[in-house]
Amino acid sequence: MLNYAIKRILLAVLILFVVMLAMYAMVFLVPGDPATVALGPRATPELKRQLIERMGLDQPILQQIYNFFRNAVTGDLGYDVWSKRPVLEVILEVLPNTLLLGVVALAWALILGVALGCAAVVYRGTTMDRILGILSVSMISVPSFVVAIYALLIFAVWLQWLPAIGAGQAGDFWNQFRAVLMPAFAVGISWVGYLARMVRASMLEVMGANHIRTARAFGLPERRVVFKYALRIAIIPTISIIAVGLGSILSSAVFVESVFTRPGIGTLITAAVQKRNYPVVMGTVLVMTAFYLMVVTMADLLIARLDPRVRDVLKG
Amino acid sequence: MSSRAESATGIMRSIRSLARDPMGLLGVTLVMIFLLMALLAPIISPYDPLKISVMSKFQSPNLSHWLGTDHLGRDTLSRIIYGSRTALSIALTATGLAGLFGLLLGLIAGFGPRWLDGILVLLFDSMSSLPMILFALAVITVLGPGTATLILVIVLVSIPSYARLIRAQTLTLKNSDFVVAERSIGASSPRIILRHLLPNVVGPLVIILSMDIPVVIMLEAGLSYLNLGVRPPTPSWGNILYDGYTSLRYAPTLVITAGVPLVLATLGFTFLGEGLRDALDPKLQVRGLR
Amino acid sequence: MSEALLRVENLSIGYDAGIGQIQALRAANLEAHGGEVIGIVGESGCGKSTLAAALINLLAPNAHVNSGAIYYKGADILTMDKESQRHLRGPEIAMVFQDPMTTFNPVITMGDQLVDFQHHIEGVSNTEKRRRAGELLARVGIPDPELCLRRYPHELSGGMRQRASIAAALLMTPNVLVADEPTTALDVTMEAQIIHLLRELRTDYQGAIIVVTHHLGVVAELCDRVYVMYAGQVVEQGLVDDIYHAPKHPYTRALIACDPAHFEEHTPILPTITGRVPSLLHPPVGCSFADRCDLAISRCREMAPPWVRISETQFALCHEARP
Repeated sequence: MLNYAIKRILLAVLILFVVMLAMYAMVFLVPGDPATVALGPRATPELKRQLIERMGLDQPILQQIYNFFRNAVTGDLGYDVWSKRPVLEVILEVLPNTLLLGVVALAWALILGVALGCAAVVYRGTTMDRILGILSVSMISVPSFVVAIYALLIFAVWLQWLPAIGAGQAGDFWNQFRAVLMPAFAVGISWVGYLARMVRASMLEVMGANHIRTARAFGLPERRVVFKYALRIAIIPTISIIAVGLGSILSSAVFVESVFTRPGIGTLITAAVQKRNYPVVMGTVLVMTAFYLMVVTMADLLIARLDPRVRDVLKG
Repeated sequence: MSSRAESATGIMRSIRSLARDPMGLLGVTLVMIFLLMALLAPIISPYDPLKISVMSKFQSPNLSHWLGTDHLGRDTLSRIIYGSRTALSIALTATGLAGLFGLLLGLIAGFGPRWLDGILVLLFDSMSSLPMILFALAVITVLGPGTATLILVIVLVSIPSYARLIRAQTLTLKNSDFVVAERSIGASSPRIILRHLLPNVVGPLVIILSMDIPVVIMLEAGLSYLNLGVRPPTPSWGNILYDGYTSLRYAPTLVITAGVPLVLATLGFTFLGEGLRDALDPKLQVRGLR
Repeated sequence: MSEALLRVENLSIGYDAGIGQIQALRAANLEAHGGEVIGIVGESGCGKSTLAAALINLLAPNAHVNSGAIYYKGADILTMDKESQRHLRGPEIAMVFQDPMTTFNPVITMGDQLVDFQHHIEGVSNTEKRRRAGELLARVGIPDPELCLRRYPHELSGGMRQRASIAAALLMTPNVLVADEPTTALDVTMEAQIIHLLRELRTDYQGAIIVVTHHLGVVAELCDRVYVMYAGQVVEQGLVDDIYHAPKHPYTRALIACDPAHFEEHTPILPTITGRVPSLLHPPVGCSFADRCDLAISRCREMAPPWVRISETQFALCHEARP
């Protein structure tokens, strides 16, 4: 298990390294002066000079790469071109908002998705199952930012039940909770459908297994057969899907945060792209890729913990 | 029996089973409507989608402007009709190109030398281990927003998954009896690829491509909404939504009407993709959201 | 004989299969009394597993009971409501399954599962249930029951798992124990051990044991009475000795002739029964075995064979059978 954990973590570090290299190289791959590429054609010569100095663009390329890595490892991701603040500070300031959004979205999606998936299994083969199937597909394919805009129109503009913009006041739980409701609804909706489908498929596979017949042969109540004996196995692939799907949560968050003008990673990177603030873009990509790799790795380790069969293969 | 004849009867059977499935039928209908709308845009649009008329801005739906007008007095219906042209042309071009490159790289990885396969697989794995949207935004920052960048970004982020699918299929087929038999009588590699591999890998690829079209439509609209995709004034559902969003409080019709075709198009293409998958290859795994 | 504990009457079961119904079981009759070990023997596809599944009411979703009844202590278990059926499973009728690799849930420890299987008992603590489970594991010959309870199924050997599944079936002291191919997935040594274990159990077990197998040796060593099945029908029944030494149905005779344990001399060719089992989609009007039978005459193909009484205990489904 420990060996496996070390191997997984090393792999994650390696991928992060490759991504850092790629992100850095991207500026050089595009024809033209890197400072202009990074800052856009409208940048003043003064700004360009600052960037060149700060990023050490006048030094030999290997030296530059070495500097970049050394700085990144110590947490120095450079400076925001416009506000002159350290990129890491800017990112860490808004990251909690996006994390909260992601967690709330995933939480409601998980509860409803697993429930709908189990319902489809209980009613398998009936009209109810078909309706749930069509509902799931529709939920998966509906664009999250359209859901966000419609929710904004209905609940904030017309009914005025919920705030239209922002993430709520820091420290005021109720305020923040009200602010996260609609964004989380929009981000989570496709996951409800997706999880419902996943759970249904893996539950049906598990329900056909011999050990489920054994549990039934001992007269266990169907509820316990479904929720203890089948769900425990069916949930394992779902965990890895959730971790891998974090990328798609982030992508929905980018759009949805913009709709609600909610401070977060999405609004940060969107604004940075619009203003060609490359240090912020690059920093955000690195931090989020690191975060993503961390979650995926942790999910793999968690699966290894949860499934005794995998655990033993790794032990042996 | 040749594999081509088999796949031909297979396709006929698939079309019949697609027509029997109500969800697939709905998908086909919606997709046909949007395709016709995109093709016939100049004929069926009541107005020029770019024509500004400050006198008639923010009109509610009425007899001369069925879906009202936007902040510049442009006819919303015409813009939505032309928006379908933008959405479909970008989606089809991007998935088509990505499919083509994915097919090539997949065949190279599966059929080529081992070392090349290793490098390509490493490349695909690294690409897919970073969240798609971040990569897309980074590329847009460097190249600047626009239709060409948008297509390039979509092609780049889609290639790894297609190439992997084709590679896996190729590796399976490479060792199948009929390919081994063909080899043993001295058939050349190009002949094997053309006659046996292509007909067999195209089916799964078409399914995956059709299931990705709604994702691409969504991405185009989303990035255009953020002003990072199709540049105004070219009508795109995304930037119509953005125009509507900015005037949400006093002219909500714009945002309501622009969201509907986007939702219907993604639903239609999703249903079609699902139906195609069920009809052509029920064993194919449900793929993850990206 | 006393009133039977379990009585299957005229049971017919089919599986819906798109093109029609596969007649897996046709008018089967069976009786089991307390203290008795019954063998059900036949080739794969003869309907014995369908019969076993019906006994515990766990038929596949596409199975359909066309006629007949299964009486347990006088009540038909097929027409009971689902809850009553569920309460029979475990405390009254328990089952030992064929494949010990997949019998237990892979992500729950043996102890938790064995405790769960005793859910019918009320007012007993989980610690007590766990103790009982340990006791039974010891009784079926598992060396370190405490350790076994803490383990996951895949950490036990195949033989241990099969012992554990016998222990599980005995947990609720059921009146009927159905063992579906209990030794098929095991190697020869394990098989001998499990048969030995089942024989031991007989001595202090009051209920009926029903062993379903394709292996004549298992029947000979374990059973008092045997039912021979072919193509969904019971073709012969009788005491084990009678069936072995004086089989009346040509199929039983062929089956015994093909059992390698019976060869007295070295033979380079294993004998087989020539011909094929008839399609169960459209079972023949006459005798199912007619196409493969040396004795078959035209009557065999045209008329369903009668259930001929050979003796008080032996019967055969054959036109040509004589007492």
